[in-house]
Amino acid sequence: MSSSFKISVGMSTCNMAAGSRELFQTLEKEGFGDDLSIMGCLGMCHAEPQILITDTDQNEFLYLDVNPAKLDKIVHDHLRGGMPVDTWLFKASQGEGAELLGKQQRIVLGNCGKINPEKIDEYVARGGYQALRSVLIQHDPMAVCETVLASGLRGRGGAGFPTGLKWKFALAEERDKKYVICNADEGDPGAFMDRSTLESDPHAVLEGMAIQAFATSADEGYIYCRAEYPLAVARLKTAIQQAEEKGFLGENILGTGFSLELHIKEGAGAFVCGEETALMASIEGERGMPRLRPPFPAQSGLFGKPTTINNVETLASIPWIIRNGADAYHAIGTEQSKGTKVFALAGKIKRGGLVEVPMGISIREVVEEVGGGTGTHRKIKAVQMGGPSGGCIPESLLDTRIDYDEINRTGAIMGSGGMIVLDETTCMVDVARYFLDFTQLESCGKCTFCRIGTRRMLEVLTRICDGDGVPEDIQVLDALAVQIKDSSLCGLGQTAPNPVLTTLKYFREEYEEHILHKKCRAGKCTNLCDYEILEACTGCTICARKCPVDAISGERKERHVIDLDTCVRCGVCRDVCNFDAVKVV
Amino acid sequence: MSCACDLKKQIDEMIGRIGSGPDKAIPLLQAVQSEFRYIPMEAIEYIASQTEMTETKLYGVATFYSQFRLEPVGEKIIKVCHGTACHVAGAEGVTDAMEKRLQISDGETTADGKYTLESVACLGCCSLAPVVAVDDEISAKVDRGGAVELIDGLEDGHE
Repeated sequence: MSSSFKISVGMSTCNMAAGSRELFQTLEKEGFGDDLSIMGCLGMCHAEPQILITDTDQNEFLYLDVNPAKLDKIVHDHLRGGMPVDTWLFKASQGEGAELLGKQQRIVLGNCGKINPEKIDEYVARGGYQALRSVLIQHDPMAVCETVLASGLRGRGGAGFPTGLKWKFALAEERDKKYVICNADEGDPGAFMDRSTLESDPHAVLEGMAIQAFATSADEGYIYCRAEYPLAVARLKTAIQQAEEKGFLGENILGTGFSLELHIKEGAGAFVCGEETALMASIEGERGMPRLRPPFPAQSGLFGKPTTINNVETLASIPWIIRNGADAYHAIGTEQSKGTKVFALAGKIKRGGLVEVPMGISIREVVEEVGGGTGTHRKIKAVQMGGPSGGCIPESLLDTRIDYDEINRTGAIMGSGGMIVLDETTCMVDVARYFLDFTQLESCGKCTFCRIGTRRMLEVLTRICDGDGVPEDIQVLDALAVQIKDSSLCGLGQTAPNPVLTTLKYFREEYEEHILHKKCRAGKCTNLCDYEILEACTGCTICARKCPVDAISGERKERHVIDLDTCVRCGVCRDVCNFDAVKVV
Repeated sequence: MSCACDLKKQIDEMIGRIGSGPDKAIPLLQAVQSEFRYIPMEAIEYIASQTEMTETKLYGVATFYSQFRLEPVGEKIIKVCHGTACHVAGAEGVTDAMEKRLQISDGETTADGKYTLESVACLGCCSLAPVVAVDDEISAKVDRGGAVELIDGLEDGHE
């Protein structure tokens, strides 16, 4: 049976984790196979899985948070009965929809969730590959570099180097062979915009790469993608094949004589390979260890040839800039930071997911308005930006604008765009310890201060979290931080102390409480806290039922008690309590 | 692996398909691991004998990247994400519950060879934290109880 609808089921990693595959199978079984399509991630990861129904008049009906029971009704009422289930529909112009989308401006995410990422025709129908066609017809690489430079686009991988300038350096090299690389080694824990873009709109990245190659006179390129992203790799392979069949990649592209051969390289699990010289070493088959710059990749990069490396989000911005002109992009943002930035919102936030906002709006607007705040009665304590290289921006500084330089002044960095919201249940010393644990594991080992210094910092932080900290520890951390920053070759080591430095700067009192008073106010460091049930307890029994070690006892409708000898301080009771009756003491 | 001659034949096929230049070290090791689910030392020795690459180089590469395993693994690999969002949402508790349920420590394989428990860096599903991946199948919002249920479900599937 065929209906008069197109039914697109969200099939990104996040949608599938939320259960979209079962919905797809149900729709197949119900006989809608001919109308079924897939789409990527709309960025609304807090309300997945999602199904988009498009009727013959191109009216769109988006259902969020679909589960099997909801799907039954959608099939019955909407697909068979022609009556949309109004209460479940996402409405972009009112309520939550307006809050979520009102301040967003979608350039990179423009097609995400709008097209089937496995069908090139849908990308082309939305203006795809027009930008490539126009630059090839104009046939002036320098003009492309100038356009990108004039747009003000800065590298979205974190460093923020002007993209057009990077391209001009590579173009200026007169060599027989040049390469382009797409850095899709998105290793920052907490950042997932590159995964989502590759899964939802892979052709935008390929088109960006073709333009990057033309502008720098390269004829071969690599996409270096994390092995943890199998779906992104699969979609890229499909996309490259389709683009070659259509003549957008490969030999003699669109009959203009320009050729580009693209390869996919799967990473093998090393965070440091996000650093460009380590990434190239990895493609060459070596251990991914950074080397000294200069020479910069533009002069001597992959296999010793001039190489231009850009990040996924940077490349995905390029087709829009070419289609709409440098001025249109330049008009968005602040003096020094132009265009839009995609952020991955996660942590203690109501509407976690991907958002794309113009530069210049405040972190508070992103977190509280677009993201909806914590979604609980708890207040935001800090926002972690920039992953292991970044820092924690305290609530008092949330009015800082999204701008490379303004964020740097706080001690954090723009980074790749991970924004983890932390509330009062997060221990800031533990967060610093978490990141140091990460960086010391991922240090490639080349520079002594990064290899051993991060290890020493981790030991000190672990000691503080365990309740064995001594007053001198804070000076030791400060001293090591400066030494590691000064004595490391690459960005990993140079920025590794940032999470410690920012938490020491803004949350020093928490360090002091851990060290001097042996207390963890967040209730995270198990040796430094006890949980207590207050009089507000109504005896609803939920905490007793959820306690993993059965440490809570009490009669129904009576105040419960925690047996501290059995309690493991996991905090589950506090999380599940609806009456705010569990306190950390 | 049934015998060493099979291993050689399979690696010959991989070299034929992937190539043997020094830049092929990682793709070759990835192919070996996807076939055998870990990298046997014999594979490193045999690749070195058939290409210009030395055992030292291959071993160096295999031990540098966290994806490569030099020990056999369980039938299913349970990866508990310890990205930032999962960490603040309680990933430590998930690993702890898994350890207790499977009676192994993080990084180990159960005695019956069914499961290997691993902590991994971010899987990129931060808004669904904490997440757990069994092979490539991701489960969202897994708490301590959910961790135990996940294993129970896998056990039911086994029987």
